[in-house]
Amino acid sequence: MTETEAPAETVSTARRTLLEARDLRVEFASRGRRARAVDGVNLAVGEGEIVALVGESGCGKTTLARTLLGLEKPTAGTVHFDGRPLKYGSKALKEYRRQVQLVLQDPTGSLNPRHTVYEAVAEGPRIHGLPDEADIVNSALSRAGLRPPERFLLRYPHELSGGQRQRVVIAGALALNPKVLIADEPVASLDASVRGEILALMLKLRDELGLSALVVTHDLGLAWNIADRVAVMYLGRIVESGPVEQVLTAPRHPYTQALLSVLPESPERVVLTGEPPDPTRIPGGCRFHARCQVLASGKAAEAGVDARCRGELLDILPASATAQAACYYADATG
Amino acid sequence: MTLLELDDVSVTYRIASGEVPAVRGVSLSLDSGAALGVAGESGSGKSTLAMALLRLLPRDARVGGRILLGGEDVLTMKWGRLRAVRWAEASIVFQGAQHGLNPVRRIGEQIAEPMLVHGLAKPDQADKRVAELLGQVGMPAWRAQSYPHELSGGQRQRVMIAMALACSPKLIIADEPTTALDVMVQAQVLTLIKDLVAEHDISLIMISHDLSVLADVCGQLAVMYAGRVVEHGPSREVFHDAKHPYSRALAAAFPTVGDPVSRLAPKGLGGDPPDPMHLPSGCAFHPRCPIALEECSSLDVELWPAGDRRSAACVHVRAKEEAS
Ligand SMILES: Nc1ncnc2c1ncn2[C@@H]1O[C@H](COP(=O)(O)OP(=O)(O)OP(=O)(O)O)[C@@H](O)[C@H]1O
Ligand SMILES: Nc1ncnc2c1ncn2[C@@H]1O[C@H](COP(=O)(O)OP(=O)(O)OP(=O)(O)O)[C@@H](O)[C@H]1O
Ligand code: SF4
Ligand code: SF4
Ligand SMILES: [Mg+2]
Ligand SMILES: [Mg+2]
Repeated sequence: MTETEAPAETVSTARRTLLEARDLRVEFASRGRRARAVDGVNLAVGEGEIVALVGESGCGKTTLARTLLGLEKPTAGTVHFDGRPLKYGSKALKEYRRQVQLVLQDPTGSLNPRHTVYEAVAEGPRIHGLPDEADIVNSALSRAGLRPPERFLLRYPHELSGGQRQRVVIAGALALNPKVLIADEPVASLDASVRGEILALMLKLRDELGLSALVVTHDLGLAWNIADRVAVMYLGRIVESGPVEQVLTAPRHPYTQALLSVLPESPERVVLTGEPPDPTRIPGGCRFHARCQVLASGKAAEAGVDARCRGELLDILPASATAQAACYYADATG
Repeated sequence: MTLLELDDVSVTYRIASGEVPAVRGVSLSLDSGAALGVAGESGSGKSTLAMALLRLLPRDARVGGRILLGGEDVLTMKWGRLRAVRWAEASIVFQGAQHGLNPVRRIGEQIAEPMLVHGLAKPDQADKRVAELLGQVGMPAWRAQSYPHELSGGQRQRVMIAMALACSPKLIIADEPTTALDVMVQAQVLTLIKDLVAEHDISLIMISHDLSVLADVCGQLAVMYAGRVVEHGPSREVFHDAKHPYSRALAAAFPTVGDPVSRLAPKGLGGDPPDPMHLPSGCAFHPRCPIALEECSSLDVELWPAGDRRSAACVHVRAKEEAS
């Protein structure tokens, strides 16, 4: 192999890959069947990069996020951090959690009701034996927008609003100065003004500290607001990914097109019906084919790809930084 | 016909360090079959207000004013009557309630239980009714056999909506019902909620921080700030042409995908949310208000008329009304 054969994408991404899923699969046993919640995913998050992972409820976003954090063991494939495969020993995982922090979907479920705000945020620094605990807690609370921190230190979760609780959770994650934040719907339970502040905070942490983030969300506006790249997930797979500007203004996969069409401002709504996708019964051919509006309208047949839509498995997309879609129609029509 | 009327409702929590006036004099009314959206800052008292409606607040909360549901005052109602109201007339989908599902019981049983306890379904019909309710929220009937941990967050939230529908209530109070859902299911659930309101004559109070969602579903919109309603009116008008600067900031906070102005530039409101224990004097919004006048820090603001069926608690609105 000569140097000139290097694929274009490695040239276009100056970013060093920090966190990576390689051909990741996660299965659960569900009433005697196999649920393929994550069914072959390649995804890379670069240093100082914010990647948004979007997709339908139940498509496997949280499972993928938990697996990247080491909370779930993959059935197949690997998680790589900083070029090395993740080790699942308790000591290795503890060290890993310092680098890669989780912010959960629902703050109520992730705070201990008997711990004060101070105790909640101090937990991480304490486990890792960091000095100057009080300073760390104060600064993390301020960075998360709970100002002045003294006002909140001695409160219990039930004495806070939902939004204030989520900011406590974010402060807890920031307290360890992680390299990567994995945020599962970080602002879904927050009102609009705080939402803007927390998204701005994530951008600022990225710009000033080089923090990387994988943001799991159903909110395409959020991806537009802060992400560099977006990956669209459907039934356990990434079906389209690429730079935000490209994917969100000129989507090529019919599923991405449908997602964008139900936003309030868009003219023609494609509300997908049919069974919500079930990871214990992944259809053959293209996994989206039973709900695909392009196939249903006959456009796929016109392009001569309908038989493949129904019968031929698609290749798994690589972890590429350039725009790509897993769709026969998109491939055939360019 | 008026189904629900709130008259000067206030709620104060007592905590170790003092009193938290979370809701401060809210008056609103809701016709049967109508939908009211409540929006507002995190901590502005939306959930507190929702829970006050069915007296679901903790004991350390003091509630004032009157809450008339079908003409009866909920606040002075006897315990037995209140229980009946909670099951048969109004139900709440709590914020974040999907965590309240019992982890060791199948969701079908959990949906059926209150119906069986209250004699609203016979044991042999319960399965059929559960399947019907699951269908209404877009889930297949076999999901009745699942345990909560086998469902995604969004699927659990749909189960909560099915449970709220189980007793065919007249009023549903939905606290952030779609925030955990992806756009596609949100579009489905919102369509479902709209149909329920339109076809079954159910009234709705929906709480959300997303004005575009509320404008889509609800006829009327109330925007809360620091425990008070600061703007009220027909929802589309409030959304597209807000009179109060806080409502305007809320409406602007959700970006349009494709708009270069908002690309990598999330918009929020500067400043800190108010501490209910130390509320700013005058108009509580004045420390963050981009168009505040000097008098705003001392002025007593109230909801002034702001055009046809509209009102807003801002001195600029009063000035305009007086001039006209
Ligand atoms: N422990 C488990 N056992 C069995 N099935 C599971 C388990 N955890 C998740 N699943 C299934 O795997 C699929 C993916 O779930 P996951 O929570 O990852 O979805 P999600 O994309 O995060 O959805 P949401 O947007 O609603 O949070 C779902 O169909 C869910 O029912
Ligand atoms: N049990 C309680 N004891 C003391 N204070 C409380 C209690 N519950 C809520 N509060 C306070 O009352 C105020 C209103 O809280 P509430 O939960 O009603 O807000 P919200 O508008 O629903 O906010 P969010 O959008 O974040 O859910 C907040 O300042 C909160 O800290
Ligand atoms: S491959 Fe075929 S069925 Fe799948 S998304 Fe593309 S057009 Fe639709
Ligand atoms: S009354 Fe004054 S401070 Fe309050 S919203 Fe109006 S201009 Fe702003
Ligand atoms: Mg999830
Ligand atoms: Mg609330």
